[in-house]
Formats: sequence, structure tokens, C-alpha cells
Amino acid sequence: MSNSSERILLSSEREGRISHFRFWVMVGVPLAALLFQVYVPLFFQFLGFLELPLLVVVYFALMRRNQVSGLLIGAIVGLAQDSLSKNPLGMFGIVKTLVGYFASSIGVRLDVDNTAMRLVLTFFFFVFHQFFYWVLARALLAQQLAFEPQKTLLLGLLNALVGVSLFYFLDKLREKA
Amino acid sequence: MESFLNRYRSITILLLVVFAQLVLLAVQVKNDQDVRMIRVWTVTAVTPAARLIEGFRGGGAGFLSRYILLHDADAENRRLHAELDRLKVENIFLKNELATADRAKALQVLQSHVPSKTLAATMFMAGAGSNSKVVFVDQGTLRGVQRGMAVVTADGIVGKVLAAYPTASEVVLVTDPDFAAGVISQKSQARGTLKGQGTPLCKVDYVPADEKVELGEWFYTSGDDRIFPRGFPAGVVKSVRNGQPYKEIYLEPSGLQRGLEDVLILLEGVHMEIPSAPLTGQPVYIGPPAPAAAGAPQIPGGVVQPPPPTGPGTAADSLKSQYKSIGDAQNHTFGVGEPGSKPPDFTRLGLPPAPAKQGPAAKTPPTAPKASPPVEEPDR
Repeated sequence: MSNSSERILLSSEREGRISHFRFWVMVGVPLAALLFQVYVPLFFQFLGFLELPLLVVVYFALMRRNQVSGLLIGAIVGLAQDSLSKNPLGMFGIVKTLVGYFASSIGVRLDVDNTAMRLVLTFFFFVFHQFFYWVLARALLAQQLAFEPQKTLLLGLLNALVGVSLFYFLDKLREKA
Repeated sequence: MESFLNRYRSITILLLVVFAQLVLLAVQVKNDQDVRMIRVWTVTAVTPAARLIEGFRGGGAGFLSRYILLHDADAENRRLHAELDRLKVENIFLKNELATADRAKALQVLQSHVPSKTLAATMFMAGAGSNSKVVFVDQGTLRGVQRGMAVVTADGIVGKVLAAYPTASEVVLVTDPDFAAGVISQKSQARGTLKGQGTPLCKVDYVPADEKVELGEWFYTSGDDRIFPRGFPAGVVKSVRNGQPYKEIYLEPSGLQRGLEDVLILLEGVHMEIPSAPLTGQPVYIGPPAPAAAGAPQIPGGVVQPPPPTGPGTAADSLKSQYKSIGDAQNHTFGVGEPGSKPPDFTRLGLPPAPAKQGPAAKTPPTAPKASPPVEEPDR
């Protein structure tokens, strides 16, 4: 009896922390992130380092705290990103699917409203994303891409800093419970 | 079984989604074919939004500059008035120039420069990915664009159409590692394959080591790849090293030098001749030398003051004119004298003109000519 109550309590607590978003937010924010990536660097080349689609996937996966939802968001955004690149469809799709799945898995267990935690997680997922993409490109497409650890770590830090600010803004778009 | 699937629902869906994308990848790589439907959906969804933003950006920037930032309008107005006065004078001069120009010939030359059927396009977004070397232009299959068509600017080749969608086309740039085009050098006619490197410089591969290629030499499209018509500038050689069995040649692509906002898509390419003279950019103006002293263009005895040039020319042109004038003054026709016949007297070349009253004395030849100038056909 006590065991059952405890499980119900845990479940309720977890359910209470799940964030909900309106439909237009779930569609519009990833679309805006993709637009940013293909449009803004035309005028501000130094902003080309930003992986906004990845940051958006990480945010929604963390906040939704649902693995299926997270991996589907990752797959859709990744495939859309593939569509706008010259890569075969599936490269960004697979990587972002895994990012979405792992981010939502972590979101279940950790307090992802904490700023420091968000910073660390965004940094980690950026490095994971870049490394896994590099592995896939070499293994599946035989592309000889260069992987520069120092550059990746630095870009990861920059993306994490931007990500924390972006997450703060996206928090405002959450539906009130 | 059902409880097993419920328990591992998430991981099962993950594996299914990843597996599906792996199959998608494998199909594309194996058949070398794209899954066009998904790309069309995405491009069709993103393109209107990108155009809308571009419209807002252009409109917003225009509104800001026209109606908000008026703090220097008065100074600008005065500057424009001064500019207008200057342009009016210049306009009168240009009208006079235009009246004497052979317009029909000029038009003919212009048309013959670009015989291919082209379509103007504007780049409006870059490809996704931080190292992207692809761009999107605002013309697509509705205007006749097809995959594989060449994209150029007035400065040279830019890339080729990777995928054509109804309202937009994806263009892979010459700097992309997947780009390749057949090229030929201007002087030695060495053929090779231009390849992108992912860096600002491109590599020309498969040029045999015994071919002679110089720094600064231009490469043009050879037409061998059946994408780029022959004769479009590809770039200028920035580095050449001998290797085995091929040279290592790096080009600076000329088509990307002035930005990519406006490009031409070659709907029907027509091969052109490769120019025989090196490209020099814009023509260089050479001013005429100072006019000769009045009344002393020529004196008896063959001492000739350099004639005023009739048009722009180099120092060599001026010297040639001087030799020709000396020959004319002494009734000598260059190129017709027998070997051993008396050459014209070049010894007073460059000396100040003698006064007219010294005419008879001036016929005396100098005692010690410094050097024998070459006697050759000056009109060649």
C-alpha cells in the first residue's frame, strides 16, 4: 500500500513538472530556428556557429520530459535541417533523434529549470551532436570531415550560453498549469 | 509480449525511428537518388517565410533610412546638388562621346559576350549547417531551372544547381568539397578538374606534372563536364607545386569575389572561345605625354621632335612613333632596304631641336654614335 502510494506520488510529481506548449509554439519555434540558421548568417557570418535547431530540440525534449515526444521532435527538426542542406536525408535526423531521446530521458531525472544544469546539458548535447554527426559522416557516407575538439568545445560553450538565454525566453511561451 | 512493448515503448520507438532513417539514408546512397518529397515540403514551407523576412528587412531598412535617419539630410542635399552639377557637365561630355561611337558594333559585342540563354536570380538564403557551402536562389522549376544547370556571375562561375524546387533552387558553390568542373588553363591549355576544398581556394586536379602552369594564370571552364559551357572564367592561380603524377594547383575562384546576391543561371549553355589575352580587369588609362614645343616639330636634317601622340599609348609606342617620324623625314621606308644599305640617321633622336638657321650644319652626322638602334619594321 505504501509502495503504491509512493509511486503515485512520484508519478504525480513528475506529471506536474511536464511543460506544455501551444501548437503554434511547437511548430513556429523550430521553424524560426531553421530560418535563423539559413538566413541570418547571410548578413552576420559570425553567427554561423549557432546551432539553433539543436538548442530548440534540447529545450523541448528537456521540458516535455517525454522520450517519445523528444525523439520525434528531434527527428522532424533533423530531417527538416537535412532538407535544407546538401546531405542525404537522415544525417541530422538520426543525430537529433538521439539528442531528443537522451535529453528527455535526462529531463525526467534532473531539475532542468536550473540555469547551471541547463548550461551543462546544452554544452554536453552540442558536443555529442557534433561528435556523433562526425562519426556518422565518416561511417555511413565515407566523408573525411575534420573534427577539431578545441573548436567544438569552444562552440559548445558559446552555444550553451546562447541556449540558456534562449531557454529563458522560451519559458515565457509555456502554458500556465 | 504486449507488456514487454509497453515497458520498452520508448526505446522501441527510438530504434524504429533511427532504423527508418538509416534505411532512408541507405536508399539514397545506394541509388544515388534523393527523396525529393521531403525536401520539397521543407523548402516550400521555409521559402515563403524567408522571402517575407527578406521583404521586411528590405522595407524596414528603406523606411529607416528614408524617414527616420534624416539628421544629415540638409548636408546630403547640398552634396547632391554639387554632384548633380558635376554630372550635368559629365553628361554633356558623354553624349558627345556616344554620338561618335559605333552603337551597332557595341551591341553586337555585348550580345556575343554571353551567347547562352540565362535567367537572373537572387540568392536569399544559405544552406543549413555551420560549414554550409550551398545557397538558395529565388528561381525554380517554374521558370525552367533544372538540376545540374550552371550558375555564373559576370566575374566567373559560381556553382551549379544541386536541386530545383518550384519556387527556389539549391546551388552548390565552387568551394564545396563535392563540387567539380572541367577547366583549362589560358596559356598552356592544360586541362584539369576544378574541385572545391571547403576553403576559399579551390584545387585543380589531374594536371600532369609536365604541363606548364604559371602563377597568376587564368583557368576557364573547358566544357568537358557538359555542365559549364567552355570559356567562363573559373579563377586565377594562386599556388602551383610540382607533384607526382599531377601538379598541385590552387585557384582563387573569380565568381565569388564580389558577393553572390545576383547570379545568372544558364538555361541553355553555349560554348565560347577562351580569350587569348590575360584578363586585366578594367582597362588602364594612360594619359598623353606633355605637348611638344610650338613650332618645332621637325627641322631640316632629319632631327625630329617626338610627334604628339594621337591616342593613349605606352613609352614603347612613343618610341616607335619617333623612329617612324625619323624615317619619314629622311624618306626612308622601313622594311624595304637591302641588307647593308644605309639606315636612317637615328643619332639625333631625343636631342633638343636645333634652330632653323642651323639647317645646313645639322646635316653633319655626329662623330660617335652611342649605339646602333635596331632597324626593324615599326608598323608590325
